Amino acid sequence: MISTGTRSKIEAEMERYPQKRGALLPALYLVQAEHGYVSSDTVRELAEIMGLHPVEVMEVVTFYNLFFDRPQPRHHASVCTNLPCSLRGARVLLAQLEEHVGSKVGEPTDDGRLVLGHEECLGACAFAPMMRVDDAYHEDLDLEHAKSILDALE
Amino acid sequence: MRITIDGREIEAREGATIFDAAGAAGIDIPVLCHDPRLDPVGVCRLCVVDVGERVLAAACVRRCEPGMEVRTNTSDIEADRAVLTELLMSEQPADHEADRRERAFGDNALLACARRYDAWGDSLPRGGGRADDTSSSVIHVDHQACILCDRCIRACDELQNNEVIGRTGKGHDSRIAFDLDVPMGQSTCVSCGECAAVCPTGALVDVAIGPELRPRDELEAVDSVCPYCGVGCALTYHVDRERNAIVFAEGRESPGNRQRLCVKGRYGWDYAAHPQRLRVPLIRRDDAYPKGALSKDVRGEHDGRRKPGGIVDYDEVLPAFREATWDEALDLVAERLSTIRDRDGPDALAGFGSAKCSNEEAYLFQKLVRACFGTNNVDHCTRLCHASSVAALLEGIGSGAVTTTYGDIANAGAALLAGTNTTANHPVAATFFKEARKRGTKLIVVDPRREAIAEHADHYCRIKPGTDVAFYNAMMQVIIEEELGDRAFIEERTENYDALATLVADYPPERAGAICGVEPDDIRAVARAFGSADSAIVFWGMGISQHVYGTNNARCLIALALLTGNIGKAGAGLHPLRGQNNVQGASDAGLIPMVYPDYQSVEDPAIREKFESAWGRELSPQRGLTVVEIAHAALEGSVKGMYIMGENPFLSDPNVNKVRKALSNLDFLVVQDIFLTETAEFADVILPASSYMEKLGTYTNTDRRVQIGRPVLEMPGEARLDWEVVCDVSTRMGFPMDYASPSEIFDEFAGLTNAYATLSHDNLGAVGKLWPNPDPERDDGPVVLFDDAFPTENGRAKFVPAEWTAARELPDDDYPFVLNTGRLLEHWHTGVMTRRTRVLDAIAPEAFVAMHPDDGSANGLSDGDNVTVESRRGSVTLRLRLTTRECRGAVFMPIHFREAAANLLTLDELDPDGKIPEFKFCAVRVSAAG
Repeated sequence: MISTGTRSKIEAEMERYPQKRGALLPALYLVQAEHGYVSSDTVRELAEIMGLHPVEVMEVVTFYNLFFDRPQPRHHASVCTNLPCSLRGARVLLAQLEEHVGSKVGEPTDDGRLVLGHEECLGACAFAPMMRVDDAYHEDLDLEHAKSILDALE
Repeated sequence: MRITIDGREIEAREGATIFDAAGAAGIDIPVLCHDPRLDPVGVCRLCVVDVGERVLAAACVRRCEPGMEVRTNTSDIEADRAVLTELLMSEQPADHEADRRERAFGDNALLACARRYDAWGDSLPRGGGRADDTSSSVIHVDHQACILCDRCIRACDELQNNEVIGRTGKGHDSRIAFDLDVPMGQSTCVSCGECAAVCPTGALVDVAIGPELRPRDELEAVDSVCPYCGVGCALTYHVDRERNAIVFAEGRESPGNRQRLCVKGRYGWDYAAHPQRLRVPLIRRDDAYPKGALSKDVRGEHDGRRKPGGIVDYDEVLPAFREATWDEALDLVAERLSTIRDRDGPDALAGFGSAKCSNEEAYLFQKLVRACFGTNNVDHCTRLCHASSVAALLEGIGSGAVTTTYGDIANAGAALLAGTNTTANHPVAATFFKEARKRGTKLIVVDPRREAIAEHADHYCRIKPGTDVAFYNAMMQVIIEEELGDRAFIEERTENYDALATLVADYPPERAGAICGVEPDDIRAVARAFGSADSAIVFWGMGISQHVYGTNNARCLIALALLTGNIGKAGAGLHPLRGQNNVQGASDAGLIPMVYPDYQSVEDPAIREKFESAWGRELSPQRGLTVVEIAHAALEGSVKGMYIMGENPFLSDPNVNKVRKALSNLDFLVVQDIFLTETAEFADVILPASSYMEKLGTYTNTDRRVQIGRPVLEMPGEARLDWEVVCDVSTRMGFPMDYASPSEIFDEFAGLTNAYATLSHDNLGAVGKLWPNPDPERDDGPVVLFDDAFPTENGRAKFVPAEWTAARELPDDDYPFVLNTGRLLEHWHTGVMTRRTRVLDAIAPEAFVAMHPDDGSANGLSDGDNVTVESRRGSVTLRLRLTTRECRGAVFMPIHFREAAANLLTLDELDPDGKIPEFKFCAVRVSAAG
């Protein structure tokens, strides 16, 4: 169930667009912030609120990397592996982090704490290598620094 | 404007795309993602052309500009297309020989390109790994063959307006998906097949129903009309004449359905080839008397356990009959019916025609009963359907047909859908309703059940069952009080307004809301939406008509339209949605006990004289008995002999236990049908008839469109054409009938009417004509009727006010639920046809009773339980479905299932004007089955 608070935030977002459907991305961020992911039930509920067909919401959820259609580990840590980062060792770093946390890219750790990923360009080439942990950028990384960031996650 | 394509100067209309202009000039441009009925998206890039710019332009989206010079087939363009084809082919399933689309329809557009460019994808690494989805019993999904052209998505959204298909994922992982990416068979897909029809590859293909396809040019394409509902969709059957089989059906362009079909029309035709078809005349064996039901289901024996269900087991019934020659059977029929006529008088005979038969057959059948039998005891299932609507319409506006077509909703500011489960019963009309809603028509749905169309409504009012009159009176009270009515229309074109205004003044929304269970302000909102629309159409169905106060219900809807001036202009009118493919035509042709063809009264001496001189016989001056009255008369013994052509009253009439006694009580019954129906178990003689697929005739749809149905199959065994059988019976009974063809019968019928007078088989054309039609050679016919006068004596329409009265059998402590009955999308009336089609039976194999979840838990019942539903007249055991579609306090049962016949429970009380039975309201109790 989408909470009343989130629902009213979604409705406020809808006011800001000439067409209600324009608010779909902000609305999805809101419901994901509340639930951690966007379930089928949430898709149906959101479609109802926004006057869309459920299939239209599903299309957007499955298109974007930052929307999840199933329960997620508590944290997402994604290393940028685009060309400048790779030249500065991002791929090696990612492999070492896999070893450190004991799980491959895309496979959540057993304790459900974390999943590693890789991203295409995050626009921080000048600070390569870098990774995004949840909503924060961590730049000019070396292995020890990266490990300590991951180790600090609850 | 002038443009040049491949050096040819061409005139293109304003706004046309290059693809359209080229197509009109006969210039072929290859395309995969485009279909002229859909909004172009320009994603496949195969239709690229050179317009003299830096890059090639997609012809399907690029509009023509004056003076444009287009080249469609330079070597550069062809090379470009070859590369695209090579890329697409590298992702296709490797075995092109096994392509499903080629095998089912013979029209894989991608493989056609592969052949054209000799591009088979072999130069590239072959893709793979995308799965099949075989969950639908109708359509096979092969994701590997999908090229993501979006045609299916647009067909589902823009044509059928179902919005089931979308895309999931992105990039290389993109796939089409159903609902929230569930297997197709578990999605909300209604199996209309539009996606498979538009798919250009083997990705979405019908699961085969008919025989394996032979090369498409060896098939014959026969233009015909769908045999199911009153929408009367134009379609083409692709026929394998050598094997006497239909291979597949395809929607056809017509002003009505515009190529769209539903699951019944597209996939429900194989019943005609079912092995249970009757092939020889049958005569009841001497040891099978005294007569009675033969199969266990029809005998009504059950042990309280839910039965597996299904069609009749012939082994239970056939031993009571022996095969006979046509001569022997027809002689017996003629002799027995003549004996009863001569001994007990003409009114001891009665006939039921059918709304599934053609106009020609209906006309001949009523002529047989009237002129040869000598009685007006002739009726058909219109009595169970819109008889009350027709009674109210004839009384109010002087004509029983629709005043505008269903497609006219496109011009309507508002549309009221009253008591109609349109998506199930008129599925293709419903697609136009949803489309109109998207374009701004306000949709108002009023129904005790939250029908699927309610999901698309601007206003949905869930009224309590049986409170329609109070609701619509309150709407009119608001419209009058707030002066939303059309004063000029009322004054110039109607009469009896004051009586209406006085009566509805007693129905303020507060009072009516308490009766209907609707908030008074919701009634006001609906009244304002309807009353303030520039134009509004009222559509209604069996929820209005099938009540003992059905005529009153319809009177209110007519008054609502008159009050707001909504008849006789575009986007406005009255449209009772006709159920059967030819219920309009069969009524027009006189299969009604009170009237000759074209609603001419049998009691009017001048009219009777006209028919007496046309038919050369003295005719009965008394109106005949209606369907349920005939059953009652049979029970009492005053009707002794019956001829039933294509109807199945045992299941279709209310109170089956009474019907069983009535049918058993007949001295003589002849049933002419294509299968051994439940009714045929009571017959003395059974005559094997022709199915829709085997005969030529005209059918009149809900819009008044008269269309030609054409034969596509040979009849099985010794089965014969129905009209020939009627002629033979008549001739043997001393009233010779001799016609060369259905067209000749049509001419005789048309000549006795005003509505059909100008029409003939020759001028109906490819898509039929609307009646009345002053100039059928040139004109399609009038969509909107009565723009200046009504066909009444003074040219005015009449308000007929109606008081709300409570239903006849209200729920009480013993029988606490209201039983509502109706149809399912996949099935038809008594299931005789649809349960013998592979697809429809696979999708909906089983009877059920539906109940609101709150009522379920209050009674300790769970979804899927076996329950017994009992009324004061009978009981059935079947599976329970819990759904919020139903309102609290009411349950719903479909009428199609012989093993759980809803009509065992229903009430055989009649509406006093329309003589229609109460199918939609009786009291029942529901308990767990032992």
